[in-house]
Amino acid sequence: MTASNRRPRPLPTSKECRGQFEQEVTRLMDRLYGTALRLARNPDDAEDVVAETVSNAWRKLDQLDDLAHMEGWLFRILHHTFVSHWRRRQCRQEKEVDIEPEDNDIRFSLFEKLHQPFLLWWGAPEKEFVNALLHEDIQNAIDNLPDGYRVVIVLVEVEGYSYEEASGLLDLPLGTIRSRVSRARTLLQKALWSQGQDAGLAKCCGQPSGTSSGGDL
Amino acid sequence: MSESRISCEEVVQRLFEYMDRELDSYTSAEIQRHLERCHDCFSRAEFERQLRERVARSGQQEAPERLRHRIREMIERF
Repeated sequence: MTASNRRPRPLPTSKECRGQFEQEVTRLMDRLYGTALRLARNPDDAEDVVAETVSNAWRKLDQLDDLAHMEGWLFRILHHTFVSHWRRRQCRQEKEVDIEPEDNDIRFSLFEKLHQPFLLWWGAPEKEFVNALLHEDIQNAIDNLPDGYRVVIVLVEVEGYSYEEASGLLDLPLGTIRSRVSRARTLLQKALWSQGQDAGLAKCCGQPSGTSSGGDL
Repeated sequence: MSESRISCEEVVQRLFEYMDRELDSYTSAEIQRHLERCHDCFSRAEFERQLRERVARSGQQEAPERLRHRIREMIERF
């Protein structure tokens, strides 16, 4: 009795198990939906991905050794579910994913645009810029990334997967993940800079400073 | 021996991989040491960390009631 309480093995047909499953899904719903929305970009697709995830998870519940591990397991299923949708679309829209970087984008850095070394004791414009960004600004910037870049940035930066895990999930070589993460960050920072300028955020602190040099303290 | 030998340029180049914990322990420790001594690189790393936190939080979004209802109904049918 005590041992089974410590390591509950879920039984897909039991009512008790269904209750626990529902409780956990309900608790994680906002994160599941938020992640699906960043991946899929549109609310209807995101809802379908979450629903399919829950359905797949229930079907495979006997593969889960402990309900305590359900959170990570659910997110893995969510990513697999999205990726299978995405791959089908990728086959149809090959060009959308395989976007090569443009040389003039590679060096872009938001920090270098905002940082003013001589204002060290007065404030940090780059921090003010980040604090002033709206949740929606960041969501828009991610949503507008090309598919191949958006997916890796959500996996690595939002969900915290390692490059190797992302490589496994997306069935892409490690080097491709590495270069896409780097490129996605550049594109994201460029988009945030552009949105910040449109919103007037960069007005008081947006002096391009070139490459900032370091200096030992 | 304890002096940081890695340059600011190298730190900037590898900063994201450092933050992603994708570097070997030796390089990671070198960067960590550099960041403890170099104000500019530390400021940059702090900025990237804050920006990254904001990006990570963008994954939080309230699920619509319609979806919650759909999932409840689905689970009832399981």
